[in-house]
Amino acid sequence: MQPAVKRLIFYILLFTVWQAAVMAFDVSPSLLPAPTDVFVSLYEGFSNKTLVYDLVASFRRLFVGLAIALILGLLIGIFLAKSNTADETLGSLILALQAVPSIVWLPLAIMWFGLNEMAVTFIVVLGATMVMTINIRTGIKNVPPLFIKAARTMNYHGFRLFWKVTFPAAIPHAVTGTRLAWAFAWRALMAGELLSTGPGLGYSLKFASDFGDMSRVIAIMLIIMLIGIMVDLLLFQRVEKNVLKKWGLETQ
Amino acid sequence: MGDDMFLSIKNVNKVFEGRGTSEKVLSSIQLDVKEGEFVSILGPSGCGKSTLLSIVAGLVPPTDGKILLEDKEITGPGKERGMVFQQAALFPWLTVEENVMFPLLLDMPKEEARQKAHHYLSMVQLSNYTKHSPHELSGGMQQRVAIARALAMDPALLLMDEPFGALDEQTRSRLHEILEDVFLETKKTILFVTHSISESLKLSDRIVVMGTQPGSILEILELDFPRPRSQSKEDLVIYEEKIQSLLKNEIDKVRKGENSCSQPLNA
Repeated sequence: MQPAVKRLIFYILLFTVWQAAVMAFDVSPSLLPAPTDVFVSLYEGFSNKTLVYDLVASFRRLFVGLAIALILGLLIGIFLAKSNTADETLGSLILALQAVPSIVWLPLAIMWFGLNEMAVTFIVVLGATMVMTINIRTGIKNVPPLFIKAARTMNYHGFRLFWKVTFPAAIPHAVTGTRLAWAFAWRALMAGELLSTGPGLGYSLKFASDFGDMSRVIAIMLIIMLIGIMVDLLLFQRVEKNVLKKWGLETQ
Repeated sequence: MGDDMFLSIKNVNKVFEGRGTSEKVLSSIQLDVKEGEFVSILGPSGCGKSTLLSIVAGLVPPTDGKILLEDKEITGPGKERGMVFQQAALFPWLTVEENVMFPLLLDMPKEEARQKAHHYLSMVQLSNYTKHSPHELSGGMQQRVAIARALAMDPALLLMDEPFGALDEQTRSRLHEILEDVFLETKKTILFVTHSISESLKLSDRIVVMGTQPGSILEILELDFPRPRSQSKEDLVIYEEKIQSLLKNEIDKVRKGENSCSQPLNA
């Protein structure tokens, strides 16, 4: 059987069991709504466009934050790869920051920027920059020395050598860094919106929760989940696979 | 021999300094190469033959001594010297043709570079693979691209560092034929590092036999056989035996194993 078919059957079963359980035990909708209620809420949200506005708002913030994080990560990553002193000092701080979920910065961010877009964007940037930095640094440090040697015999040196050989050789790591940065940014964004302000998916989730509208809460959770997995599967994993294949780094 | 030599390696020594240790890898290397000559440097692993080639390429500075190419001292890499490594070192993000164009783009327009690249790719019989990615090619084909790339720079001197060492026997002998054709057609001067006696006998005008600990020249043999070489196999046997006996002591030295040499000589 095709994996896709197996998966389809699995999800149909999952929703059926869920629906049956809610009906059989007469579970209160404020504890666990039935899937049908969730789908109705989803349909309402899209037909009155509230969810569409939330999606647009969240994505705008995500793209701004992710773009800043990718540029910062690229620059700091190159800096760490090129300077041993920076790697031994700043590099350790980056690793330490990577160990902390970026949402813990929210209290400080709110004090600095106020309860607004800036604070949430800040959380997104912090969440995604570190992982990009670390991957760029590793990518540049792991460029095969033979590539550099060969390019030098062809009279490449200095910035040209970096731009035409070192950087392209590090692209597989840059792609991995971007994929992980996206995943971290998406999680950080939802946490940030949930705890601060909207509009956005996270904010609407909290809003629905304040009114006890669990159907809407689960509907938004499903959207968050779907977007997270779709972007990863359909975009990043494909790009990553192609790049690894072309760069001859495929493991299988 | 006077100063009018094409390539002149003058009393080159190389010492690698480690943490508190120093290892002499090359001792008083003295070698002159005529223009258009095919010279092999033959020796067991650890004799410093690859280091010597890197010094000629300008990738590594000598500890002392100097190297003159057409009376100019070598101080760094330069486009009058092209190099082929044991691994093809093709850039995977470029196509075959772009790889060959890579050294050319520093000083000529794209279209001219492309035409040149196609010329040298046809010389190594890869005209049909210009748009392929390196990972789609076999090891032997990749190495041919690397040779085309080095030739495309139109270097006065072609340096080859065990270029066929990682290939299987059949591929290797086919590449020997291609290289001999290229050598006869372009009349390049070639300095060719190898640890295979048969390879050096098949290709060279002269063979520089090196010993280890420290790396030094044991003897230089002139080979005066007509090309192509495949016909004159019997005459070569005498030379093969001579080199074998020359290197016997060296191999024993390596076997006793103070040095990091592990690779035996292939006849």
